Amino acid sequence: MAEFLQFLFSGLTVGAIYALVAIGFTLIYNASDVVNFAQGEFVMLGGMTTVFLGYAGVPLPFAAVAAVAVATAVGLALYRFAIETAREANAVTLIIITIGASIFLRGAAEIVFDKRFHSLPQLFGSDPIRIGGATILPQSVVVLAGALIIMVSLWAFIDRTLFGRAVIATSANRVAARLVGIDTRIIVGACFALSAAIGAIAGVLITPITLTSYNAGTLLALKGFAAVMLGGIGSAVGAVVGGILLGLFEAFAAGYVSASYKDAVAFLVILVVLFAMPQGLFGKATIERV
Amino acid sequence: MSVLSAEGLSIAFGGVRAVDGVSFEVAPGIVFSIIGPNGAGKTTLFNLISGLRPPDDGCVRLRGEDVTALAPDQLARRGLSRTFQNLQIFTHLTAIENVMVGRHRHEKTGILADLLHLPAVGRQNRHTRERAAAALARVGLEDMADRPAGALAYGDLKRLEIARALASEPTVLLLDEPAAGCNPVETKELEDIIRGIVQEGITVVLVEHDMRLVMNVSDRIHVLANGRTLAEGVVAEVRANAAVIEAYLGVRGAREAAGAVD
Amino acid sequence: MSVLARLGRFRPLLRHRLISLVPISAVILVLPLLFSSAYYYRVAALVFIFAIAAIGLNLLMGFAGQVSLGHAGFMGIGAYAVAIGPIHLGIPPLLSFVLGAILSALIAFVVGRPILRLKGHYLAVATLGFGVLLAIVFTNEANWTGGPDGMTVRQAALLNWPLRGAETWYWTLALSFLIGAALALNLVDSPTGRALRAIHNSEIAARVLGVDVAQKKLMIFVVSAVYASVAGSFFALLNGYITPDVSGFLRSIELVAMVVLGGMGSVTGSLVGATVLVILPQALTSFHDYEHMALGLIVMSVMIFLRGGIVPSLAGVFGGRRS
Repeated sequence: MAEFLQFLFSGLTVGAIYALVAIGFTLIYNASDVVNFAQGEFVMLGGMTTVFLGYAGVPLPFAAVAAVAVATAVGLALYRFAIETAREANAVTLIIITIGASIFLRGAAEIVFDKRFHSLPQLFGSDPIRIGGATILPQSVVVLAGALIIMVSLWAFIDRTLFGRAVIATSANRVAARLVGIDTRIIVGACFALSAAIGAIAGVLITPITLTSYNAGTLLALKGFAAVMLGGIGSAVGAVVGGILLGLFEAFAAGYVSASYKDAVAFLVILVVLFAMPQGLFGKATIERV
Repeated sequence: MSVLSAEGLSIAFGGVRAVDGVSFEVAPGIVFSIIGPNGAGKTTLFNLISGLRPPDDGCVRLRGEDVTALAPDQLARRGLSRTFQNLQIFTHLTAIENVMVGRHRHEKTGILADLLHLPAVGRQNRHTRERAAAALARVGLEDMADRPAGALAYGDLKRLEIARALASEPTVLLLDEPAAGCNPVETKELEDIIRGIVQEGITVVLVEHDMRLVMNVSDRIHVLANGRTLAEGVVAEVRANAAVIEAYLGVRGAREAAGAVD
Repeated sequence: MSVLARLGRFRPLLRHRLISLVPISAVILVLPLLFSSAYYYRVAALVFIFAIAAIGLNLLMGFAGQVSLGHAGFMGIGAYAVAIGPIHLGIPPLLSFVLGAILSALIAFVVGRPILRLKGHYLAVATLGFGVLLAIVFTNEANWTGGPDGMTVRQAALLNWPLRGAETWYWTLALSFLIGAALALNLVDSPTGRALRAIHNSEIAARVLGVDVAQKKLMIFVVSAVYASVAGSFFALLNGYITPDVSGFLRSIELVAMVVLGGMGSVTGSLVGATVLVILPQALTSFHDYEHMALGLIVMSVMIFLRGGIVPSLAGVFGGRRS
């Protein structure tokens, strides 16, 4: 039982991060039909930038804010220079463009930072909390709480503000949104910026637990994508559920089956979902008209 | 025996019955036209007959054989060919290459022979090219053979699709609004092409909006409205049918037309 | 007969499907005169290896219009076959080479069936997942593969002629490349080739004309997997050492970049793309750290600006035909 709880806690923690990455994916996908592979790099940038600004003497809270700002700027740049310029490209071309961007960002991180692993101090100390025979790190609680706060804030923003309405409109029908006067470029750009910010915050939160390095982004992007596929592409609820489920699958697989194949779980999930139920748990099945 | 027949074909999308219990029989060697106002279900009916979509109910027979559940490529091998209303041209291929693909069901070499370009492949390529050139000539496009299909004019592309479908040597040819977007000159040329096709013994089933074309080439007309059969018969019968006139012109329009005729 | 008329007799020859191999062969024959050391032979050998893989991927992407972001996985199968066979199973290298290709074909056949039913970004991600999955397996099964640090590869011999030395590899790989290119060019000018190109433009029209689209896609997926496997085996034999990177995500993206850069649907283009992407890191050895940034920039730029690829764009300038 204690073992089960242990896996549950670690699964939920990492699942929360996957959920945040998945939400970032979904925001961008809904607004622009782009599957953004560079999503993982935002998480990496959040963590690494904070770490290195910290080394440079910047107090960590400011470093974290600056890191999020940097990631947001990168997200905007990605949209403006890569996505917007490619305008009429098809889905596959766009994915490859974002893959190119993620490789580029990874390469830049390699040079600007370094190739080692780095960590950040945990927010509330590193004494594990005991629950039911298992332990959970205070930072895990921070991650879960942080993820929850972000999701609720995002929901409130989308649902309650005028800007949020514009996002919904753009997601539903880009052409129609333009026809009613919404500048979809600003909306889509904002979604990229928002996704980047969310990713970066996730990065800052999780680095104390999982460490970070210049190439942490790639695997995260792939796993975030698996979460999105599982939950159903285009569904915000699906993104969250998919992320948490993926985290749990991974933790239990690592614990009960094989630790070295932990990373393979996400890819197995992708393949199984695509073959068995391509629309995921909450997605809509698309009808093709000839 | 009819070469193509539909029995009680039905399909619904969501709550809408796009095709509702449609039946007809097409005798060999005639031009059989399916007409009806917009939204009548003509293209959906075509998709049901050509294997692009399975019907909810009913069956399709090709020369007596039940082909309802067959896929388009299986139908092609049984001699059913079709064109598309919204043009499905192979834009990266030249005109003649488009038509050569139409010969596919007659080409017998497998991938291994193709990779090694065995002598049989060379011979077959020549034969296919000859037949494709002949098909192009039948629709008057022989001069465009080596032009990239993407560069051809709209009217030429409609004829290219017909040539491509003809190249497969079908028994039944389904033409999906071949005159859509064509000017009167092109439509007249189309008439001649269709007559030429029928003279070769191929049965033509036509979905069309252009009434002049339909009246000029059809042997029998089947009228659809709201997914259901409204009328069927020879040109004169359908033309005089009150229900048909009403469906096209509305009740008031029908009265006006009736008033204007005599 | 005038001179021009006599020369005109050669014009049909210029439209022969294999004509592009003539200038390429000429370059291959002449190039060694410029080589001042074994290093250049080796770089050229690498170019041929990746050109082979790129041609295979081009058949799938450029002609049939599919996408595979995990193709390096098949390179990995070929590479590890040729490494594991002799060392762990006592199978001679050349037989391992053939078995690797057969294994790749089988795996492609089994996995291809369900995967190719997908389209667009679903297909892209499924192939991506497949490739990474293979890389994870290669990394984890250390008993067989030597794990993340890799393993050595025993030298091969072609009928008692040992395959070693940069020069030998240059000629062996040049010949292999030419064979691979010839097969691909043959395919283009054949019913299968036309059917594939048709599928690229309109699957539905192809089906309606009698093309078994699913079967054709699967066949070309298998063929392209075999090309990649052959390239991977050569890579392992050439280097004498392999690591799981040979089948990694980055490698798969490099392959895609080669195909797109050179020109989708152009066999010559695959050679050009491979040349650029193999020479670049070599040329940038002093800037080795910038390799990933450069790759990322190339991928982005090519997909945004040069989607037609180098060779078709040049051919357009000179008014020539695609080859």
